[in-house]
Amino acid sequence: MPRVSLTVNGKAVTADVESRTLLVQFLRENLRLTGTHVGCDTSQCGCCVVHVDGRAVKSCTILVQQAEGADVKTIESLAVGDTLHPMQEAFRQNHGLQCGFCTPGMIMTAVDLVARKGHDLDDKTIREELEGNLCRCTGYHNIVKSIAAGAKAMAATTTAQAAE
Amino acid sequence: MSATGIGAAVRRKEDYRFITGKGQYTDDISRPGQTHIHFLRSPHAHAKITSIDTASAKTMPGVLAVLTGADLAGDKIGNLICGWMIHSKDGTPMKMAPHPAIAHGKACYAGDPVAVVIAETLGQARDAAEKIEVDYEVLPAVVDPAKTQEAGAPQIHEVAPQNTIFQWHLGEAAAVDAAFASAKHVTKLDIVNNRLVPNAMEPRAAIGEYDSGTQNFTLWNTTQNPHVARLVIAAFVGMAPEHKLRVIAPDVGGGFGSKIFIYPEEVVCLWASKKVGRPVKWVCERAEAFLADAHGRDHVTHAELAFGEGGKMTALRAKTIANLGAYMSTFSSSIPTYLYATLLSGQYDLPAIYCEVDAVYTNTVPVDAYRGAGRPEATFVVERLVEVAARELHMDPVELRRKNFVKSFPHQTPVIMNYDVGDYDASMRKAMEIADVNGFAARRREAEKRGKLRGLGYSTYIEACGIAPSQAVGSLGAGVGLWESAEVRVNPTGSVEVLTGSHSHGQGHETTFAQLVSERLGIPIENVSIVHGDTDKVQFGMGTYGSRSGAVGMSAIVKALEKVEAKAKKVASHLMEAAESDIVFKDGQFTVAGTDKSAAWADVALHAYIAHKFTGAQLEPGLKEGAFYDPTNFTFPAGCHICEVEIDPETGSTTIVGWTAVDDFGTIINPMIVEGQVHGGIAQGVGQALMENAVYDKDGQLMSGSFMDYSMPRAENLPPLKIDTTVTPCPGNPLGIKGCGEAGAIAAPAAVINAITDAIRTENLAMPATAPAVWAAVRAAAPALAAE
Repeated sequence: MPRVSLTVNGKAVTADVESRTLLVQFLRENLRLTGTHVGCDTSQCGCCVVHVDGRAVKSCTILVQQAEGADVKTIESLAVGDTLHPMQEAFRQNHGLQCGFCTPGMIMTAVDLVARKGHDLDDKTIREELEGNLCRCTGYHNIVKSIAAGAKAMAATTTAQAAE
Repeated sequence: MSATGIGAAVRRKEDYRFITGKGQYTDDISRPGQTHIHFLRSPHAHAKITSIDTASAKTMPGVLAVLTGADLAGDKIGNLICGWMIHSKDGTPMKMAPHPAIAHGKACYAGDPVAVVIAETLGQARDAAEKIEVDYEVLPAVVDPAKTQEAGAPQIHEVAPQNTIFQWHLGEAAAVDAAFASAKHVTKLDIVNNRLVPNAMEPRAAIGEYDSGTQNFTLWNTTQNPHVARLVIAAFVGMAPEHKLRVIAPDVGGGFGSKIFIYPEEVVCLWASKKVGRPVKWVCERAEAFLADAHGRDHVTHAELAFGEGGKMTALRAKTIANLGAYMSTFSSSIPTYLYATLLSGQYDLPAIYCEVDAVYTNTVPVDAYRGAGRPEATFVVERLVEVAARELHMDPVELRRKNFVKSFPHQTPVIMNYDVGDYDASMRKAMEIADVNGFAARRREAEKRGKLRGLGYSTYIEACGIAPSQAVGSLGAGVGLWESAEVRVNPTGSVEVLTGSHSHGQGHETTFAQLVSERLGIPIENVSIVHGDTDKVQFGMGTYGSRSGAVGMSAIVKALEKVEAKAKKVASHLMEAAESDIVFKDGQFTVAGTDKSAAWADVALHAYIAHKFTGAQLEPGLKEGAFYDPTNFTFPAGCHICEVEIDPETGSTTIVGWTAVDDFGTIINPMIVEGQVHGGIAQGVGQALMENAVYDKDGQLMSGSFMDYSMPRAENLPPLKIDTTVTPCPGNPLGIKGCGEAGAIAAPAAVINAITDAIRTENLAMPATAPAVWAAVRAAAPALAAE
């Protein structure tokens, strides 16, 4: 079995894996990081979105071997201790989730979206950017609201950190 | 109203674990020594299984067992059942064909399981399944409900000639015929209510585990009603005695009806876990889910609405063929009957209604309840008829509705339901104001200048929720009662656990139920835990569907809280040495009337357990009470949704430019959560109207069998939604709740199609109104457009 080495949520991991192992299977089954979900088999739903070297990636779409040497971040890495990431807090405040299954992927996508498009996101931009994420509960209304609010809150956090 | 009590937009207690990735869904659970199962499914829609050779599969690496329908039958594992008896017009019972969890002798739809492999890893199970050799003798298939009863159609089950399960009716045919004979105007429509795939984002999953030491089975399962699952698997499938089977529904990622039913896979996981002596885990893949989860809708209907003088409705009649698929799913028979025809009166004072329903078998995935379940189909029939009638009669659709609304309550319809309360005009007026209906003509003119077509569509829906009075549903054929249970356990420190038979799979019960307790007992909401989804913890319950958890589930909690309060007053009377009748309980404090004596909730809770202030002869120690609540009637949420669309006639593409919903859900516990429920329901209704369709080819292959082919609504397909409410509290339950979970899915399809047909000036448009369908309809109606 091939050996893979990568960094996941700041920790170096090395494992022997079957060559057909997807990144999402490695995260869920080898590392027991079950916050990353599998909602489909055609890379359509986005429940499995993680960050690989700072970019949003559907972890069902790449083999773990393709992440060799990469820096992978999952939903479990966002909160610092008991302090939620501003995007997580925004989802909670704006009722941006119901069953919670698509939520980790939505939040990881949203954080990436802010990194790419900035903190002032309009409704149209957010809706277009969510083309890779499905939700069956919320009708997206409150997810869009959450992401707009979370983006602004991330700006405030960044500013506060810069001032420190 | 307190900050965490009834009516407050409390942020959800369950969210923290979901937003941090700490939810525990079935697939997140890993049992020691667990094995993995793969279901080999029939690729043919209808085929005799002439032989299955599993020999080489059994020799594959990691394989622990390969099992077939013959093994299942050999172990005398019972069939899956439909739990609602419907009788035909002629009095004969519905024709329920045997439904083994693994097909034996014959496969009846593409996706019917024919064998399973249990292996150390999922990859090994899949690899081995490829080595199973099944010989099929392919038979002709039938998928169209309108054709399955024809002479010469393939016969799917011996018990059901002409593939007919039942021919049922409701209402007075003679009264309806008389009204039609003297009608001034009759509006007629042929309607196809398209087949949908529920597609909760969490695929179904199950882990079966058998403990040979205790002979106990445990099933972790994505279910909306764990106790009903246990009952059916114990009493009908015969897997284990009820007390030897524990069903746990952990976090469940959406249901929308599809996780109510008792499916083959969970039965097989339990059975196989005993066979291999280790836990057996199944997680459905999405492509598999399209073939393994019950589908929704799939009606073909001809409907007519008769009018007397001045637009007064006099009668409605409908003839529906309901496709139930290849086997009868758990509650499938009730959906196109008692959850459909009973709502054909809509919000209207209709003197006579007659509905005939033929339920049929086809070589397709079984069909059962999907969000709204029967009520969206009824609303679509009624609200399309009304809108088309207004156009034919050259009346304002608002005025036509207003003229016919039920205005006095209670109101007995001709189709069983007795509407308890409502104010339909109030919801419609408010919706019209928010939607700026007065400004629509100007918006339409402005759109026309840009070459676009604008349309406005209404849907004034009603639904029957709070399912349901047990005696009433029993008389209609239900095999179960539809009450709910609750147990309130007060701890010695005063914190509270509520055990409920309701089940949350996104609805936020851990918050709303705690709001009720916080308000009633005057304790902080963080001191309340809601326990659900485990048959070893909650004694029994009927689960969550049909917008019943507020109206029925919370009513049971109210009853239990009343008993707790009564007992706590007895404890307080001993503690404060006062007469029980003088004890007043308010805002978490017990006081003695006319004195300054008081005791806090936590003091009384402690004294209930230390029992130092009373003897055993005076009072039982402890503070824990249970209750069962059986509703006295259905509840009747109703409202008005207004959809505004803009259509590009050159491409047929439809954009929803405005959506207003004003719903009357009675008392609202948490407006934030209620709005979320409405948003989600609308999205599913819009999906049905514009995008979603389960398409079969003539051989019975599901053509839209993945997210690449089945068009799920995405964020950019939906508009921002304007949501508001009017309130007439429900008189039938202690909190005045009606329910909100299905409203959007019920109201939306008719609003969308009424808006599109208003824009394109033709009624000849089926769901889903995709761009090609609208484009074709615009072209067909072009002479009318050109003439203007």
